[in-house]
Amino acid sequence: MFIVVGGGGKVGYHLARALLADHEVLVIEENPTRVEFIAEELGSDVIMQGDACDAATMERAGMQRADLVVAVTGEDQDNLTLCQIAKAKFNVARAVARINNPQNETLFRQLGIDSTVSATTLIMGHIEQELPWQGLIPLLTLGGFNLEIVEVKVPREATTVGKQVRQLLLPQGALICLVIDSQGSPRVPSPDATIHADDIVVAVTSIEAEESLRNALTSIGP
Amino acid sequence: MGCGRLGAELAMMLEQDGHDLAILDIDKFAFDHLNPDFKGRKILGDGTDQDTLRRAGAERADAFVAATRGDNRNALAAQIAQHVFNIGRVSSVIFDPMREEVYRGLGLRTINPTKLEAELLRELIEQEEE
Repeated sequence: MFIVVGGGGKVGYHLARALLADHEVLVIEENPTRVEFIAEELGSDVIMQGDACDAATMERAGMQRADLVVAVTGEDQDNLTLCQIAKAKFNVARAVARINNPQNETLFRQLGIDSTVSATTLIMGHIEQELPWQGLIPLLTLGGFNLEIVEVKVPREATTVGKQVRQLLLPQGALICLVIDSQGSPRVPSPDATIHADDIVVAVTSIEAEESLRNALTSIGP
Repeated sequence: MGCGRLGAELAMMLEQDGHDLAILDIDKFAFDHLNPDFKGRKILGDGTDQDTLRRAGAERADAFVAATRGDNRNALAAQIAQHVFNIGRVSSVIFDPMREEVYRGLGLRTINPTKLEAELLRELIEQEEE
């Protein structure tokens, strides 16, 4: 594959280095010091200096033959613009954006960005035991279908605890595919399986139904 | 969003027309562009952040204009206004003609000052030649 990486900071550099083994990679970066560093470490044909959202730069980069664009700068607006232009003007099939402000996650996916990665959300997911955070962790976007696979941990006080799967009022377009109990045993739940506290529920949902699914699984009694 | 010369001028014009205004900028000195008698609310904060927009009253806004110097931040803020807050009239300034074309294609209402200014200047020059 030919992959264009927007942003040659730490994320962009390490990503390019890992991808280079199997793919053709080009990193676009504005900062001359970073450009020099990446040219020295990975080779001068892997890096281009310029504004990744600029049409002339994108053309020079060969955006029209890119199979994938990955936008990993530290600015959400730059990542969004790069992905939107790559898709709308250069017909790039797949765009992946790094998200810095987790509030932008839903919007980016609504706007047609195929996958989003938010370090903040992922780290929040990993420290949930220490924090009373009842979030939904997006695990994977299913390309082109507006669907994603998410993970939710059922809080101890949730109204769903003790209920059977069929009693749950799930939003339309949401489907529970896997329940992992607190001992770590996974099972595909039958309609009469009971939900326990601390179960991890893995579900498929449409992006719009994400919020209602989170409420259905984690809301705490009236 | 954006209290530079353009944003401030527009805000003062709209206030004169009788509209209720809130203007955002990340730089508190930017509000110096406004006349001292400007009555609208001045909000210090990043207009690409949903919480800041909410604080500025985005949930009950009838119109939103992104008028900073940054094309990408204008495009992001305008799309948040349109898709998250469902504001009816959303317009955005986009200086780069290529970006403007793409965003217009994606359904944003855009103004491209670069093209407009170039056309005005051309008119001025060609007039003088006559």
